[in-house]
Amino acid sequence: MKTHNSSIEHLQAEFDARIAEDAKIEPKDWMPAAYRKTLIRQISQHAHSEVIGMQPEGNWITRAPSLRRKAVLMAKVQDEAGHGLYLYSAAETLGMSRDQMIADLQSGKAKYSSIFNYPTLSWADIGAIGWLVDGAAIMNQVMLCRCSYGPYSRGMVRICKEESFHQRQGFEIMLTLAQGSEEQKAMAQDALNRWWWPSLMMFGPPDSESANTEQSMAWRIKRQTNDELRQRFVDQTTPQADYLGLTIPDPDLKWDAEAGHYQFGEVDWDEFWQVVKGNGICNRDRIRQHVKAHEDGTWVREAAQAHAERKAAAAEAA
Amino acid sequence: MSDHKLPLFEVFIRSRRGLDHKHVGSLHAQDHEAALGYARDVYTRRNEGVSIWVVKSEDIVASQEHEAESFYDPMDDKVYRHASFYEVPDEVKHM
Repeated sequence: MKTHNSSIEHLQAEFDARIAEDAKIEPKDWMPAAYRKTLIRQISQHAHSEVIGMQPEGNWITRAPSLRRKAVLMAKVQDEAGHGLYLYSAAETLGMSRDQMIADLQSGKAKYSSIFNYPTLSWADIGAIGWLVDGAAIMNQVMLCRCSYGPYSRGMVRICKEESFHQRQGFEIMLTLAQGSEEQKAMAQDALNRWWWPSLMMFGPPDSESANTEQSMAWRIKRQTNDELRQRFVDQTTPQADYLGLTIPDPDLKWDAEAGHYQFGEVDWDEFWQVVKGNGICNRDRIRQHVKAHEDGTWVREAAQAHAERKAAAAEAA
Repeated sequence: MSDHKLPLFEVFIRSRRGLDHKHVGSLHAQDHEAALGYARDVYTRRNEGVSIWVVKSEDIVASQEHEAESFYDPMDDKVYRHASFYEVPDEVKHM
C-alpha cells in the first residue's frame, strides 16, 4: 500500500512547487521545520522592533514643539503599536505563543532592530527617524509584501499602506528645520550625522556575511538581498538630503554615472555587531522599560480577566 | 424536523491562495463538519474558493452601525494619519 500523499518527500515536493510558482504558503499547509523557524524568528523580531521602536519616539511626545507635531507623533507611535500587534498575530499563526515571544524579547534571546538602541537626543531626531529609519523600513517592507508566507505578506500590505505618512512627516520636520535658523539647521545636520550610518545598518550585514539571506531568498521570504536594498536606499535618499541642503556624513559618497548608482563608504560593522550583542547605548534601557511597562500593566490584565469572570458568573446565575 | 433548530454558521471563502478569507453568506448545519460540506455545495459550485472557514454566527460579535457615529468619532478629525496631509516638494522623489 502506498502512503504516498503524506510522505515527507511528497509534502516537501508540494511545498517546493508552491514556492516555485510564487504561490503563498498558508498556516495550515505543511512546511519545512526550518522555514517555520526562520519565519518565527523574522516575524517576531519584526514585531519586537515595532514595539521597542515606540520608546525612542515616545520620548519626545511631551516635548513636541507644537500641538500639530504632537498629534502627528502620537498617531505615528500608535501605528507602531498596531503594527506590532499585526506581526505578533502573524507569528502566532505559526504556532508560536505571544507569551513566549514576549519572554524571549525580555530575556534577550530574541532581537529587535538595532537602530532603536540609539538615543533620541533632540527634536530633529524625530525628523531623522521618520525620514531615514522609516524610509529604510518601508523599503524592506515593500519587498516583504511579496513574501511567500500569506499572513506575513498580507500584514505587510496593511502596514505599508498605513505607514505611508510616517516617512513624510519625518521629512517635513527635517525640511522645516533645514529652512529655519542656523541653529535649527545645525540640529537637522547633527541628527543626520548620527542616524545615517545606523540606518544603513538596518538592512543587515553584507551579503557575503549574511547567514540567512541565501535560504530566505530561495524560500522567497525575501526578494532582494541586504546589499541590494541598502544600495537602493542610498540611491533614493541622497538626492533628498541634497534637497534639504544637508550633508550625508560619508566622504566616499559619490555618483557613479556609469553604474547609475551612488558609491558609498564602508559601514562600521564592528559597531553593528556590538549593538546586536547588547552593547549599544540604550539596549539595557529599552528592555528595562519594556519589562517595567509589562509589569505595570499586570493589574489591567488581571482586572479585565476578573471582570470577564464576574460577567460570565452573572450571566449563568440569571 | 425544523431547520431552525440547526445552528447558523457564517461562511468565509478564500478565493485564491494568498488572499484573505471573505465573508460570502451563511447557512444552517448540525455541526462544523457538516457546515463545511454544505458551504462547499452552496458557495463553491463554480470553483469560487480554495479554502473555506465556517464560524458559528453566535460566536461573532459585531459593532452596530447605528452607533457608528460615536464609535468611530475619534478617527474623524485625524487627517494627519494620511500621507496626503503632508506636502512633499515636487523635486523630492520616492516618498
